Amino acid sequence: MSEVIVVTSGKGGVGKTTTSAAFATGLAMRGHKTVVVDFDVGLRNLDLIMGCERRVVFDIINVIQGEANLKQALIKDKRVENLSILPASQTRDKDALTKEGVEKILNELRETFDYIVCDSPAGIERGAHLALYFADKAIVVTNPEVSSVRDSDRILGVLASRSKRAEDGRPPVKEQLLLTRYDAARVERGEMLKVEDVQEILAIPLLGIIPESQSVLSASNQGVPVILEDNSTAGKAYADAVSRFLGEDVPHRFVSPEKKGLFSRLFRGAA
Amino acid sequence: MSLLDFFRSKRSTTTAAVARDRLQIVLAHERISRDGDDFLPRLQKELLEVISRYVAVDQNAAVVKLDRGDDVSTLEIEIELPMPTAEQSRATRVAL
Repeated sequence: MSEVIVVTSGKGGVGKTTTSAAFATGLAMRGHKTVVVDFDVGLRNLDLIMGCERRVVFDIINVIQGEANLKQALIKDKRVENLSILPASQTRDKDALTKEGVEKILNELRETFDYIVCDSPAGIERGAHLALYFADKAIVVTNPEVSSVRDSDRILGVLASRSKRAEDGRPPVKEQLLLTRYDAARVERGEMLKVEDVQEILAIPLLGIIPESQSVLSASNQGVPVILEDNSTAGKAYADAVSRFLGEDVPHRFVSPEKKGLFSRLFRGAA
Repeated sequence: MSLLDFFRSKRSTTTAAVARDRLQIVLAHERISRDGDDFLPRLQKELLEVISRYVAVDQNAAVVKLDRGDDVSTLEIEIELPMPTAEQSRATRVAL
């Protein structure tokens, strides 16, 4: 039984593509056949984050318009088995995405893959709506910041009223919160919304907290999903979130600031 | 509680607490009107229609203000009624 997971947020720049790449990679590493689909037509970026930008030949729009078949457009990841990428088109615009076309592709992907991770574009327009429309589960990526929380709330409204599950009267899309760019030290100083505050406001289960981490940028620089960076706190937090997603009971880490020893205090600049 | 914390607690609320409170208020209102369409423009239009049956009013001289509060929200509609002389001109306020 395959599952369609949308990674969405409303607001741009909060970490949807980083999360899609990390999450899909994590699911594949756990042995599940996984495909990650870029829905950001016209502003393709998942290929860069996944490090396969030079291997893109066909894209989702080519498949929708019958110019290529799905097999030709899928890119197999070179590092992780069971992982494929379906890139977005860089030249067309979002109007080329049709509900029928997306449905046909997802149904075909369901035959091969256990998990279909849909990387949503920002906003609530066509691309974002189609990315979430067929979803079974939603990962709502939110930063601890007012505009991001508000936009996440808006997207939760769209999921509840305009998804296919809602329209068909089936059980609702299962929504889970992923709080990213969390800075525990700033939270402790009262400069940043606490995880409890965000969770209380959005009122959905917490899938994970991804700490603010320099390794996210360095991973994207190199086209490596951050979950593959073993020494990165963000990578570890994503691995935990994947475990939770698969039903394991894993405690949340990186919620309180790292206790600095005398040594690291003395050599703060060097760390 | 350390001595430092004692002095800290005297400080004004943190910006994170302000953010939380603002979000709670704005989202409570947005969730209510999420599925209903925005009625304010229609309300303004219909009020002007009613008033213009009795007095000549400038369609552009209506100001609609909404202040969303925690417990009470106020809707303030101000329509300027043109009078023969400038001295007599005054505004009518309708508070809902």
